Amino acid sequence: MNGGHDLGGVDGIGPVVVEENEPVFHSEWEKAAFAMFSMPFRAGFFGVDEFRFGIEQMHPADYLSSRYYEHWVHTVEHHGKRTGKLDLDEVERRTQHFLEHPDEPLPEKKDPELLAFVDAAVKHGVPAARPTDDPPRFAVGDRVRVIDDSPLGHTRKARYVRGKTGEIVLAHGTMIYPDSAGNGDGEDPKHVYTVKFDARHVWGEDGDPNASLYFDVWEPYLEKAQA
Amino acid sequence: MTDTSTTSPLPLSLHQRSEAEIAARVKAIESIMIEKGIMTTEAIDRLAEIYETEVGPQLGAKVVAKAWSDPEFKARLVANATDACAELGIGGLQGEDMVVVEDTDTVHNVIVCTLCSCYPWPVLGLPPNWYKYPAYRSSIVRAPRRVLREDFGYDVPDTVEIRVWDSSSEMRYWVLPLRPAGTEGMDEEALAALVTRDSMIGTGPPASP
Repeated sequence: MNGGHDLGGVDGIGPVVVEENEPVFHSEWEKAAFAMFSMPFRAGFFGVDEFRFGIEQMHPADYLSSRYYEHWVHTVEHHGKRTGKLDLDEVERRTQHFLEHPDEPLPEKKDPELLAFVDAAVKHGVPAARPTDDPPRFAVGDRVRVIDDSPLGHTRKARYVRGKTGEIVLAHGTMIYPDSAGNGDGEDPKHVYTVKFDARHVWGEDGDPNASLYFDVWEPYLEKAQA
Repeated sequence: MTDTSTTSPLPLSLHQRSEAEIAARVKAIESIMIEKGIMTTEAIDRLAEIYETEVGPQLGAKVVAKAWSDPEFKARLVANATDACAELGIGGLQGEDMVVVEDTDTVHNVIVCTLCSCYPWPVLGLPPNWYKYPAYRSSIVRAPRRVLREDFGYDVPDTVEIRVWDSSSEMRYWVLPLRPAGTEGMDEEALAALVTRDSMIGTGPPASP
């Protein structure tokens, strides 16, 4: 989708504000929100691509003006509602309750399997590589063009590379295809390549004359460039 | 005179949540998740503890210091960062497939995720807010040399090519910075102390000895 999250090349948002000695978490609620990727993932709320698509469907003004982990809360609610795993009316009722009773403790439960899952997930991760026998259509050194279209669903085809021509510099094998998985249509693995674009080609005369942009694409994003 | 000041509605009705409101909302969801057996406070605390005390840029610094000291390790790191890091017991979530990009006298690398906040957690920990917020994501691909100079105070000469790596897939890129001058004879531990988080993102140099 042509969403507000697709920020590459948007002007007028800066400058970058760096927080000195930033803590890993700024508050207790950020810790809980951070856990709302891995634990609901385990409970079947979403895959990583669906998780991102939930965030992308925030209103752009909300997306741009909210705290980072509010994005995560938004997608948990989005997919909680979609899957029937979270009653948003109940969330609203309890929110009012905790606003009035902010210090009320949460229930203490023990779950050794969940605790073991946390350590195992951090250590081993969730690989997206899905080896297949599909022959690659492109190879390192090929000149390619990113197809210039506007898919309505989840995609990683950022606007600033659409229609641009570059050279394949790395080939990564086949991986889960976000344009399928992010839209709930299965993993459908595709070849992934890194394409190098000249900054002047992407941005025109205002581009840095000695810079290049490296962007990862899935094979269906590409067509052979005209010679 | 009649008051006409409220007749035209705004195009958007935004509600920015206060800290108290977002804290209450997260607690509300958390309480439901705990009742359903999806989360526990103990597991939340353990996950946070890992990224507060165990997994952070000190791990990436260790890898860089080894690469600066051991040319064979550096060759393996540049050829396959995931495997080379695994030799040191480093890897996992959000770094299942890593690529290290090497700075040289003529090339400077910098990483970003313009579409969300992808970042190599096993070597750098969780990203700082500026990496996740719109200003950096929008501008570093557009004008990397200016952003590094004006927002980070890091001057990359015009003669040095800047390569911006936008982490749009599940590949996780990070930077092997140039070993600083004057560090001859320093051991890996001393070198690791010079490797900053920002030098592995590409938004700053390593510290000087």
